Amino acid sequence: MNTYQPIIGLEVHVELATKSKMFCGCPAEHFGIEPNTHTCPVCLGLPGALPVPNRKAVEWTILLGLALGCQINEHSKFDRKNYFYPDLPKGYQISQYEEPLAINGSLEIRNSKSEIRNIRIRRVHLEEDTGKLQHTTVNGKDISLADFNRSGVPLVEIVTEPDFRSVDEVDQYLKKLQKIVRYLGISGTDMEKGSMRLEPSISIAQIAKHSRSYKHGKDFEHKLPDYRVELKNINSFRFARKALEYEIQRQTEILEKGETPTQQTRGWSEAKNATIPQREKEGESDYRYFPEPDIPPLRISNEQLAIINKQIPELPDAKSTRFQKEFSLTEHTSNLLAEDKSVADYFEEAVKNSLAASPSPLTPIIDVANWIINKKIDINQTLPAELIQQILRSKQSSQIDESELEKIIVQVFAENPKAVEDYKKGKLQVVGYLIGVCLKKGNFHQAQIKEAVEKKLRNV
Amino acid sequence: MDIKNLTIISALEDLRSKKITAVDLVEACLENIRKHNQDYNVLLTVEDDDKLIKQAREADATDHSSPLSGIPIVVKDMFSTKNLRTTAASKVLENYTPKYESTVTRKLKEAGAIIIGKANQDAWAHGATGENSDFEPTRNAIGTDTGGSIRVPASYNNLVGLKPTYGRVSRYGVVAMASSLDTMAHVTKNVTDSAHILNITAGADPYDATSIKTDPEDYLKSLTREDLKGVKIGLSPDFKMATLDKKLVKKIDESLKLFEKLGGKIIEVPLPHTPESVETYYILVPSEISSNLARYDGIRYGNGRSHFGAEAKRRIMIGTYSLSSGYYDAYYKAAQKVRTLIIKDFTSAFEHVDVIFAPVAPVLPYKIGEKVNDPLTLYLMDIYTSPVNLSGLPSLALPAGFVDDLPVGIQIIGPPLSESRLFSIGNAYEKQ
Repeated sequence: MNTYQPIIGLEVHVELATKSKMFCGCPAEHFGIEPNTHTCPVCLGLPGALPVPNRKAVEWTILLGLALGCQINEHSKFDRKNYFYPDLPKGYQISQYEEPLAINGSLEIRNSKSEIRNIRIRRVHLEEDTGKLQHTTVNGKDISLADFNRSGVPLVEIVTEPDFRSVDEVDQYLKKLQKIVRYLGISGTDMEKGSMRLEPSISIAQIAKHSRSYKHGKDFEHKLPDYRVELKNINSFRFARKALEYEIQRQTEILEKGETPTQQTRGWSEAKNATIPQREKEGESDYRYFPEPDIPPLRISNEQLAIINKQIPELPDAKSTRFQKEFSLTEHTSNLLAEDKSVADYFEEAVKNSLAASPSPLTPIIDVANWIINKKIDINQTLPAELIQQILRSKQSSQIDESELEKIIVQVFAENPKAVEDYKKGKLQVVGYLIGVCLKKGNFHQAQIKEAVEKKLRNV
Repeated sequence: MDIKNLTIISALEDLRSKKITAVDLVEACLENIRKHNQDYNVLLTVEDDDKLIKQAREADATDHSSPLSGIPIVVKDMFSTKNLRTTAASKVLENYTPKYESTVTRKLKEAGAIIIGKANQDAWAHGATGENSDFEPTRNAIGTDTGGSIRVPASYNNLVGLKPTYGRVSRYGVVAMASSLDTMAHVTKNVTDSAHILNITAGADPYDATSIKTDPEDYLKSLTREDLKGVKIGLSPDFKMATLDKKLVKKIDESLKLFEKLGGKIIEVPLPHTPESVETYYILVPSEISSNLARYDGIRYGNGRSHFGAEAKRRIMIGTYSLSSGYYDAYYKAAQKVRTLIIKDFTSAFEHVDVIFAPVAPVLPYKIGEKVNDPLTLYLMDIYTSPVNLSGLPSLALPAGFVDDLPVGIQIIGPPLSESRLFSIGNAYEKQ
């Protein structure tokens, strides 16, 4: 009997949030903008127009490369990827082929079995986005409309090695990558707006029983299955999970019949809850890549690298580790706080505020953390200093409440002597009745009342 | 009014002293166009008469102090001219009117020039003779020099043609042929006019990433030389003089003697890889063309890809083939390596000489249609010009006299950004 091992690789496209497009001065914003208003001769590919690279986009790609532990190529260049498509006005896409800005990085994730997995990143490169087609009906005729607002928006592609062995690992990677990109502040990574796009490719390796289990690494590469299914049209992390799970099932069934799945591109259909074939692939498409003659090669100096390196903020993992050490928080709490950079910053600001009241802090750090996490504080509405005051007030009020509660319980016991007597006789179910009566008399938490009532009864 | 003998500089003098007006100049041009354009088919598009006269009147209302005030100019139909049809002499762009201006034509207009119309050319500038026009063959040409398309026409018309250093003049807004070789060049009646035009067109352009950042010189200041004493002139035995038409050899030699007479010292320099130039050129250029012409996909601009002429189709096929996987290494990549060797040849040669002397075209001007069905012979037309484009060097084409009543031209090639040197040598030669 064979066991089956999914082999998954990922291509993730992230649109950079630069002010202007990749090769011209048009605003890069395109979501919800009136069609074909953010265009010029360059991004429309008019005869004679020339691309001039956006420095910020190059720097941000390097920044991401560094954050992903990549090696930054000293010599990099743009290449033309030639193919015809109505949303591609030049008939080629300016991309990077031979010398991408960043190569050989990695991202560490923890899978559901709590194993640390190192996902290798093959390359991080910069390219331009295409326009957008809208297939619609006008006056009863089926037509396609082209909007070039998105044409030429800077797009970073992050390509992994086929290192994922489960859907869960893909999910962890995507969440972590998204977090890092957001920390760097270089993209909104909004799946709904298409500023983050996923293209997993998946195949299933068959492992004969008793053979050593598959682990990623060099010795594994030559044993990769000789087919690959690329998945497109995936608009959310959830769809990525579903599509991959569907594919594992589908491909396994084919393999169990002793057949090999076809090499093809499939898209996720939410309506059918299935992947559906888009096009068969005989081999690799021939994009006739060649160096983009309109853009001189890029040279990244050590000085430039050093400057960009300084711009990398403390990343989520490092922040969480520091929170654990510095504030004695649990890993879980620290991770939750580090999820979003603005929340983490807010937390630190609040803590600073609390600690500033020497000699002793106003409130324990764990309280600050718990309030932010559990009470879903709107960090844009409440100033960190205000939060500390809120925590303090709530403590005082709960102290006042305790004396209030005491009065109520005394009153209720006096009004219900029979119930108290019954309790003394061992009828424990009256506790519920007494709690209920108390609840009606004041605005308290049930747990708080329960604890106080039980304590009182024990002392009667 | 006879404008035949006017140069830009002399016309400007006459305008400034009010001997003539810009309206006179424009009307004379329009008269010539009316008389001859049907026969010679020089212009594919002529600007509206009223608009031209209006521009001329506006120029006449000034003191003509702008460097090209009221000067009529024709640009090759590769240059995007806002609201004036730009076809690149191809049926594909038959109905295309640009919404934006090329950097060069913008600079010319800002200098006061009046753009009369758009000159005919080979379609997409594919060729050195103008016979590949999808419209009608050209008898005269002026604009871009990718493999010799300014220097050859200049020589065949007894005129001065300058191909500047690659990147010295912005390519923005000029229909691309082969992006890594395309150079914005110009044809004038003499060296002074050539320097004057370069003063206007040269310079860095934020819209062209390949434009050179170094500030241009004042090229008119270079025209002081009377002789060529101390100038080392390179002559290469490798420059395939063997392919030169025997009738031309004597004329070219005479011209070389003139350089010597002026005090120049002829030094032999090896350029061992230049014999491979044409082959290299005809791999790299079609490769870039196949990609550059992809945007004319039939969705925009009206006419589809079936409207490409034979030569464009031929080059798209060769280029697509050269870039295809499995052939890329043997063709495109190999050609890039040879290109690097050719560049190195010139770099080494310029360690020993100031300029290099060469013919422009290997044969005398020929009749229309005589060679159009023989593309390989036509490609060899570029034998002396293409290595210069592959190397990105500046070259000045100068008249060398006549053989059988047909004009012959020579060129002097310099190291990068040596335009001033070329003008100064060219000026001394021209005076003889």
